[in-house]
Amino acid sequence: MSNKLINYLETAGLNWMVPVVRLCRGEDAREQATELFNKAGLPLIALLVFLLVWSVGASQVKTSLGVLPGPAAVWEQAVNLVDEHQAERAKADAFYQRQEERNAAKLERDPTAEVRIRDYTGKPTFIDQIGTSLLTVFTGFVLASLIAIPVGVACGLSPKLYGAISPLVQIFKPVSPLAWLPIVTMVVSAVYISDDPLFQKSFITSAVTVTLCSLWPTLINTAVAVASIDKDWINVGRVIRLNWSTQVFRIAIPAALPMIFTGLRLSLGVGWMVLIAAEMLAQNPGLGKFVWDEFQNGSSDSLGRIMVAVITIGIIGFLLDWLMLTLQGLLSHQKVAGN
Amino acid sequence: MSVIALRKAPLETAEESTLTTPVRPPSFLELSGVSIEFPSRKGPFRALDNVNLKIAKGEFVSVIGHSGCGKSTVLNIVAGLYRATEGGAILNGKEVNEPGPERAVVFQNHALLPWLTCYQNVELAVKTVFKGRKSKQEMREWIEHNLKLVHMDHAIHKYPAEISGGMKQRVGIARALAMEPSVLLMDEPFGALDALTRAHLQDSVMEIQAELNNTVIMVTHDVDEAVLLSDKIVMMTNGPSATVGEVLEVDLPRPRERLALASDERYNHFRSQVLSFLYERQRRPEGV
Repeated sequence: MSNKLINYLETAGLNWMVPVVRLCRGEDAREQATELFNKAGLPLIALLVFLLVWSVGASQVKTSLGVLPGPAAVWEQAVNLVDEHQAERAKADAFYQRQEERNAAKLERDPTAEVRIRDYTGKPTFIDQIGTSLLTVFTGFVLASLIAIPVGVACGLSPKLYGAISPLVQIFKPVSPLAWLPIVTMVVSAVYISDDPLFQKSFITSAVTVTLCSLWPTLINTAVAVASIDKDWINVGRVIRLNWSTQVFRIAIPAALPMIFTGLRLSLGVGWMVLIAAEMLAQNPGLGKFVWDEFQNGSSDSLGRIMVAVITIGIIGFLLDWLMLTLQGLLSHQKVAGN
Repeated sequence: MSVIALRKAPLETAEESTLTTPVRPPSFLELSGVSIEFPSRKGPFRALDNVNLKIAKGEFVSVIGHSGCGKSTVLNIVAGLYRATEGGAILNGKEVNEPGPERAVVFQNHALLPWLTCYQNVELAVKTVFKGRKSKQEMREWIEHNLKLVHMDHAIHKYPAEISGGMKQRVGIARALAMEPSVLLMDEPFGALDALTRAHLQDSVMEIQAELNNTVIMVTHDVDEAVLLSDKIVMMTNGPSATVGEVLEVDLPRPRERLALASDERYNHFRSQVLSFLYERQRRPEGV
């Protein structure tokens, strides 16, 4: 049972928890304590040192918006942002309640009366903006994967096709999202015309920019992975005379899966970095816009709030990477399957 | 270069030959004038030159030679994985043009798909080969039967990473047998295994051979293995332009017992004949 738990923890990348489990199981205490110190203690010490240096260093820098905020000031802003979110939610709830009561009263007086339901139009809070950013990055990432994996598989299967599009990939791969954005903005404005738009234009612009930049790692990794599949596995398929689609779906793709996942991980990382820049310029209501707005706002709290955003961006990026790594561990065949 | 004469009267083969073929196929499997060239930077490299072989139905034939002599290439041509530059292989009156399940291959490093269990690995082959010919139930029984034949029924639902090298090769053999091949091709099937495991697997192969009486071509570099298992040993000369040097008929009675044979005079005679071919007449070229 505890072995299974350890297995899960390792798959989930929570290696530092393993010694705790082993300790609880009553294994050699000294050995596990050393292990725990190495895996959890040392990073904790590094974190404390970093906070100390930050706190001392920041107080030396005077900007036009006041002293650069240290850890304490940033924490304070983080708490403020959460409070603001809760206050905004309370306001929204109150708004909807009032609206409901009003409508109910109206219907009581005249059952045929037309009832209008309006959305609450408060400004998005920090938490809302995190939500928007995640939605945008996943939309862009899923779009990119839907294009990159099939094209990558095709390139891996056909060296001619790969040779043909390789120069294009090499040229577009290093292009900065900031260069794409104006073009994407114009194209989206021209193409995405609708009276009742399902998505905001800024959302589409940001998502498409993420797609354009996060296509390449997945595409290249998939192509290389499929092209370098163990020859014996291909020969197995030839001897059995698998038809083309079975050969692709039962042999080529599973064999390439670990490397495809590495590509997806890189893509999601790139996508998340690109998103913040795209949101700043496209004014998509996400973390990028939050940073930009705070910068333009220029209050004495702004720097602290931007730093909260920076740390949030970092933590979310880390979590996304962890998510992909765990998925890879669960889905690919390089593990000893434990089901 | 020599031609293997038919040992058994070709009655069975005659029955199987199609009526439209006016000339009766001379043997079950025949390689005639097979040469193969691979492109290389210094121009074409001739790996095999004018290989001729005749194999009767139910025969167990070993191909032995020094490494690099193209013995695996011969097997790959029969499998249809390589195409001969000149000449070709005829199986049961039909020319070999492409790979197919009637010439199932046991690969040197098992080539099991690691994301499928033992059962699923065999299933992939059975589902494709017997599509429309066997019901689901029959397929399941057939898969289980073949895994049982190689003594792997205890680990049917394990993944390749969870079983030993010898077990993986057993499953590889089960997968090949499950295709009901006319000829079973084995490419150094036990080369990557330790001596004890190899002996176990050789015994298993002999057991299966006694039961199914398959036609088998096995590539090997192990003299004992060749003498123990084969009806015929095809000895290859060194490459480049390798060809069949000599063919040795091993008419030791079956079933063969590894221990009893160790002190058997005739066994040792065959053994020394192969050894003298390999180490006197075809001494390993310098620097290989």
